[in-house]
Amino acid sequence: MASVKSPAWPQSQLTAEAGGMAVFTRGLNRSFGGREVLRGLDLSIAPGEFVALLGRSGTGKTTLLRVLGGLDPGYSGDVLVPQRRAVVFQEPRLMPWQRVLSNVWLGLPPPAGGRAALRQRSMAALHEVGLVNHAHAWPVTLSGGEAQRVALARALVREPQLMLLDEPFGALDALTRTRMHGLLQDLCARHRPAVLLVTHDVDEAIGLADRVLVLVDGQITLDAAVRLDRPRDRGGRAFSALRSRLLSELGVAAGQTAGTATDGPGEDAGPRN
Amino acid sequence: MAEISVASADVGQAAVPGTTVPGTTAAGTATPGTAAPGTAGAGPAGVDPGSPGAGGVTLVRPVQVRRRKARVRVPRLARRVVGPLAVLGLWQLVCSQGVFSSVEVASPVAVADAARQLWAQGVLQSNLLISLQRVAEGLVLGVAAGVALAVLCGLFWLGEDLLDPVIQAARAVPILGLVPLVIIWFGVGETPKIFLIALGCLFPVYINTYAAIRGVDLKLVEAGQTFGLNRWGLVRKVILPGALPGFLVGLRFALVGSWIVDVVAEEINAQSGLGYLINQAQTTNRTDIMFCCLAIYAVLGVLADTLVRLLERTLLAWRRGFEGA
Repeated sequence: MASVKSPAWPQSQLTAEAGGMAVFTRGLNRSFGGREVLRGLDLSIAPGEFVALLGRSGTGKTTLLRVLGGLDPGYSGDVLVPQRRAVVFQEPRLMPWQRVLSNVWLGLPPPAGGRAALRQRSMAALHEVGLVNHAHAWPVTLSGGEAQRVALARALVREPQLMLLDEPFGALDALTRTRMHGLLQDLCARHRPAVLLVTHDVDEAIGLADRVLVLVDGQITLDAAVRLDRPRDRGGRAFSALRSRLLSELGVAAGQTAGTATDGPGEDAGPRN
Repeated sequence: MAEISVASADVGQAAVPGTTVPGTTAAGTATPGTAAPGTAGAGPAGVDPGSPGAGGVTLVRPVQVRRRKARVRVPRLARRVVGPLAVLGLWQLVCSQGVFSSVEVASPVAVADAARQLWAQGVLQSNLLISLQRVAEGLVLGVAAGVALAVLCGLFWLGEDLLDPVIQAARAVPILGLVPLVIIWFGVGETPKIFLIALGCLFPVYINTYAAIRGVDLKLVEAGQTFGLNRWGLVRKVILPGALPGFLVGLRFALVGSWIVDVVAEEINAQSGLGYLINQAQTTNRTDIMFCCLAIYAVLGVLADTLVRLLERTLLAWRRGFEGA
């Protein structure tokens, strides 16, 4: 565990408090110019757990992700995150002047085996996302989906204990997005990092996550475990029930959906302590 | 009418929308259904191609370029040479018609003659070499200083606050206004000339590189940070490569500026160089030598531009996925 910033408590005490969680925040506050974006946010994510964070724009989803990713030092409260973390942004953010392979190992110190080992590991990561053939291509020649797969490989090669995904599929077309969902699920099943996926897409959240959180006005207002077998049937009753529950929490009229919001068979939702 | 249309289509012109040609329909080249019913095989008289068909829909052919017959392709280089050659020809023509006196304008033939003479005497080579050397030295120094200052100001707020105002103020001073001062400082040797050329290169490189460093996409810097690049790594892998296009723009300006300063420096105070040669030619009314030197400048300019373009092709290959020749 590494504290993103020197915590209010001694780290040892805080680590004990975190109780083996991969992510632990308590009383996390972040405000911009007097506007409170995160207000006393408490969050725990277990190792290997896939958590989706839903919220309307401006509710602080990305702010939370940036704090956890170490990109925003201006917060207050206690935060613990793993040392090895990786972020996948909405845009691939590949360095356009480096070929795909160099982008994958960007910033990694050469391991014991030297450059050759690094290269091999990066190629393996590219292989996992199915882009070995593009290892020596320039990023500009990739399609949106391919570029985002490179971004995934760049995250994977770091063997992260926490993956932070900031609407990574938001800019992709529907078909590519579906394929990326499958890929992400495979990768997570194989590597078991803790995952925090920030998204707008309720179906994406239910389809992928072990747990779905809803962020409203800087606080988590809903925390629902998703107990559906994978692969998940988006047309199923339990899925629909959870969908309408989440949509209503997000302030969107859910429309006619199957099942009821409160006692769907596949969900177990309630405020957490 | 129809025959004319058919003929023109065969010649290879683009088919214009609205010209549904009955003849071609009869020949079976049209897609079924594109011609209005009843026109197939019918004579041209009274047929209005744009008239509504049975369904009340007016059918036209979309614009289509017919495949042209094999045409001799002129290489691009050859095409690009035509313009300058035409100018030379016109120039020669005007001169041989006696529009200008030979003192006002030297004809291309006279200029070539002068070049040959100067070359035979060894005057052209030695002066060209001296000028090239001055420009090269000034360019290297000026570009290096410009990049160094741009990096200092681009990366460090302190550098920007302390240095940038000074550089901006210095930039506003016309370099050629410094000539008398520079002579007092450095005398009349090589140093003042190289100093002035370097100064002329420094500012465009500084301005463009500095702006480019500040313009590097913050999102990429942030990505570099999250993936473990330290400060130096960010500079090397993100900021400098990102600023490269801007630097190359500055370099182009510097290449042009270096020759301008060189000419002036050599015309004012020098015993050698192309500028000196022009100045000497003026005192002896040798317009042909002046034109010769100016032509050399033009050629050098084109060469310098080609050089930077080659640099861009290699260094900025990532911009368009150029895989190298």
